[in-house]
Amino acid sequence: MSATHVRYEILRTFRNRVTLGVTLALPLVLYYSIASGNRHATSSGIPFPLYFMTGMAAYGAMFAAVSPGAHLALDRSRGWTRQLRITPLRARTETVAKVLAAYLVALPALVLLFLAGASLGVRLDAAQWLEMTGLLLVGLAPFVLMGQILGHVVAGDALVPAVGGLVILFALFGGAYGAFFNSGAMLTFVKLLPSFWLVQAGKAALLLGDWPAEGWTVVACWTAALVPLAVLVYQHDTGNV
Amino acid sequence: MAVVNPQDAGIRATGLTKSYGSVRAVRGIDLEIAPGETVALLGPNGAGKTTTIDMLLGLTHPDAGTVAIFGASPGSAVRSGWVGGMLQTGSPPDHLRVRELVSLMASYYPHPRRVEDVLRITGVSDLAERWTTKLSGGQAQRVRFATALVANPDLLVLDEPTAGVDVEGRHEFWEVMRGVAAEGKTIVFATHYLEEADAFADRIVLIARGSIVADGSVTEIKAKAGSRTVRATLPGVDLASLAALPGVVGAERHGDAVVLSCTDADAALACLFAKFPEVRDVEASGGSLEEAFLELTAEEDSTRPAEGDKS
Repeated sequence: MSATHVRYEILRTFRNRVTLGVTLALPLVLYYSIASGNRHATSSGIPFPLYFMTGMAAYGAMFAAVSPGAHLALDRSRGWTRQLRITPLRARTETVAKVLAAYLVALPALVLLFLAGASLGVRLDAAQWLEMTGLLLVGLAPFVLMGQILGHVVAGDALVPAVGGLVILFALFGGAYGAFFNSGAMLTFVKLLPSFWLVQAGKAALLLGDWPAEGWTVVACWTAALVPLAVLVYQHDTGNV
Repeated sequence: MAVVNPQDAGIRATGLTKSYGSVRAVRGIDLEIAPGETVALLGPNGAGKTTTIDMLLGLTHPDAGTVAIFGASPGSAVRSGWVGGMLQTGSPPDHLRVRELVSLMASYYPHPRRVEDVLRITGVSDLAERWTTKLSGGQAQRVRFATALVANPDLLVLDEPTAGVDVEGRHEFWEVMRGVAAEGKTIVFATHYLEEADAFADRIVLIARGSIVADGSVTEIKAKAGSRTVRATLPGVDLASLAALPGVVGAERHGDAVVLSCTDADAALACLFAKFPEVRDVEASGGSLEEAFLELTAEEDSTRPAEGDKS
């Protein structure tokens, strides 16, 4: 395990000012522009600033979690990953570095959204904040993996639309922008998405105390399915079959 | 295979072939390189040098044949940190400074050189705090060299290491490599610069059309080609009739003089005097490596149609 590699990978992620800035700022801008005008409204029986904070936190965290892995696509198109193939660096170290980088960006994204929520009057007790954060971090696992997979399959110049498209679709169907699908077949479908449970993480902390078994199952199944896929695309990409 | 001490086993490639679609990039390469040897893979563009190097490094899997690096598979040699190199393509990752990149590369290897030493030796100390994406072509190549050097592996593989480097930079590069070779490291480099192969390698492996057409010291290669040059003053003569003389493979005109490339200079001279009694100022000389190179790679060309029918 090369600690230097992990350190530089994280450093590179945080030096990528434009990507980092957009990742952190976009959900905040959306949150303030929509929630500040609806401070005193309620949605699904929840104060709107809290309701929308959980959605934007899920959206921002997804964005943050996918980006570092997907940045691999740029390293690939530059030929850098090929150079790494002839060093003793192990795939395990590369993966640990990418996963850590993803979570280290996701965490401030969440904290900033929570601070924004608090500034608009969202009040939760410490246990609720912690539980919400914990569930969000667990629910991000499939998205961290999706970032890795995108990084290995997408060409460098297709990176931005691929990441944007993926995150926006998952956010939309997961209900991050609002619960548009709340009945029938569509509800059954969206409940199979990990993003649905990311959005529910905030509400679960508030109302239910936890995810239902269904939420844990969906997140676990996505993670279990994406791990072998990530290994497969890694092997295919590196010719390491 | 005999059990060998890893220190004694160098690099052994046996029967390597690789095709990309209908293009047969490498058509059966056998190569043995002793530890501590410096070997140039010399050949024109598209000869199969890079594909061969990629197979030696385990970046490309051969369709057939095997590679052993110090008695191990390429993959396990790479994981053990025995191998380092400069690939022909590839730029460094973004958002890193030069010193950081060199330190990062050093961190992967079991016995790296000191980063500051390497920065100084490769002449990039002044660039140490520069972003890797803000370098000129020549600077970037020096930095690539620094990353290969800092790894300090037992086998250093360099694919066209001086491409895009000016004469001075090239000279400095080979000065450093001489020091590395003197440490007993094994060096394999691909080049299409004859003078580099001539000046620096212990041994030249000449590759054309995916096969080894000659393998030996510079002197041996020249002898194998048996190339001789005959110059003479012979105004107004038809070049085609000169080229048709026995032992002559090529004829050029320089003003009143003609220059003949010969495989058999004796036969060529005898016929030259017989057919053109007016010939003057005749001189014969040993060929250059460049002529040997052209002759050996062209020989492959002329035998190709017959071979092509079978394949």
